[in-house]
Amino acid sequence: MHKLTVPISEEAIRELKAGDPVSLNGVIVTGRDAAHKYLIDNFVKTGGQPPAAEQDMYATLQTLLKESVIYHCGPVVQQTDGIWKFVAAGPTTSIREEPYQADVIEHFNVRAVIGKGGMGAKTLQACQDFGAVYLHAIGGAATLIAESVKEVITVHKMEFGVPEAFWVIRVEDFPVVVTMDSHGNSLHKQMLEQSTEKFAQLIKG
Amino acid sequence: MHDLTDAFVELIRRAATQLPDDMKKAIREAKEKEDPGSAAAGALDTILKNVEMAREKSTPICQDTGTPIFQIYYPLGVSTRKLSDQIRKACAIATEKAYLRPNAVDSLTGKNSGDNTGIDYPTMHFHEWDEEGIKVQLILKGGGCENVSTQYKLPNTELGAGRDLEGVRRVVLDAVNKAQGLGCAPGVLGIAIGGDRGSSYIKSKEQLFRPLDDTNDDPDMGAMEDRILEEGNELGIGPMGFGGKTTLLGVKMGKLHRLPASYFVSVAYMCWANRRATMLVNGEEISYA
Ligand code: SF4
Repeated sequence: MHKLTVPISEEAIRELKAGDPVSLNGVIVTGRDAAHKYLIDNFVKTGGQPPAAEQDMYATLQTLLKESVIYHCGPVVQQTDGIWKFVAAGPTTSIREEPYQADVIEHFNVRAVIGKGGMGAKTLQACQDFGAVYLHAIGGAATLIAESVKEVITVHKMEFGVPEAFWVIRVEDFPVVVTMDSHGNSLHKQMLEQSTEKFAQLIKG
Repeated sequence: MHDLTDAFVELIRRAATQLPDDMKKAIREAKEKEDPGSAAAGALDTILKNVEMAREKSTPICQDTGTPIFQIYYPLGVSTRKLSDQIRKACAIATEKAYLRPNAVDSLTGKNSGDNTGIDYPTMHFHEWDEEGIKVQLILKGGGCENVSTQYKLPNTELGAGRDLEGVRRVVLDAVNKAQGLGCAPGVLGIAIGGDRGSSYIKSKEQLFRPLDDTNDDPDMGAMEDRILEEGNELGIGPMGFGGKTTLLGVKMGKLHRLPASYFVSVAYMCWANRRATMLVNGEEISYA
């Protein structure tokens, strides 16, 4: 089993192949629909010249995302005595971020994206070009993944709502599988081809 | 009849936080079959650990607690209106207690009702029976797997599927292949043959209430259940679509009468988190299975 620790070097990413199980460790950031749209509108489309009100956030996010990981997750959280805790933290379907993901990977030098269901050709190309991977979490394993979140460090953009905010979390032994590597291979594509071939055999005659 | 609201809350808690034993057994056996160290074995191991943690902490197995679907069997004289009021109230309480995530959204405005009640939500099917007690079965049907559930109209030329069991086999395997890992495989299939489009879908979901190890009363359908289970696994899609020997954990099939003009095959795909629970009420006595 590969062990990845944030910050992740390009070299470590290039060693990974589609199908490899990975244990992920370190500080990562959650982000889904609202977060991706925000990153694109304020930072990518403006060519890194965000509106004055977002400049501090830009610097913060640049530091957080560089050589780090974005997790497609809308967590269920609990706050006791001012301390946040993740209660359920399973992955959400990633394909909704396909229009944004490649640009976010490039702009922020993100090394990995975690979610479920895989992503499309544009993201696969970005993984190849910029040294990133897509990591598939186990759909439905909400409690176990929440247990691997050892600390909620902070939260940004809470105005997006709890599931959509950027949660900065420290994870330990977060179990994932590389399904899109940085060499142009997608396990999703391979599996579909293989199973479709088998299917054709099964219904022949 | 006394108020059953609290009993329904307990039924929901059990369904949301405890995976039935037959499902756990099937996942455990599947894990043994996968190659040690493979992504498939790892995924099943993670699932099993998650299931144990959820039971211990009494937290939802999966954060998508799905659509609650109730099957209620009641004797003559029981008010179904009262029962459905109590079930709706129980859904709201279970949401407050975080056994259920607020999942009921207005289809046009997108507004979440916040308590898992709404227009025809939760789903309830009432059946009067000859027994004296009441039996309530609940399944929590996830959204990811609902999105890969589907319906076919036979004949289907593209798949060479005619109006017979062989045709059914072809379209069901097509559904499994198209779903890949997106329904959080390994899954359980509920299949219905016949009916109108609506009754067919309802029948397919009813199949999901059957224990994995029961036998179909109809030997032909029983044999086809076994065959689809085997061939579905031969597709090699594996847990989460990572590749592997386990794509399906169970296949259950039922039939309805139909119009001569129509031949529908409905496929209800249920994820590994096949959360079902049963409650029996006999007088004052309430038990769960
Ligand atoms: S398909 Fe099932 S296991 Fe997957 S996220 Fe939905 S409810 Fe959970």
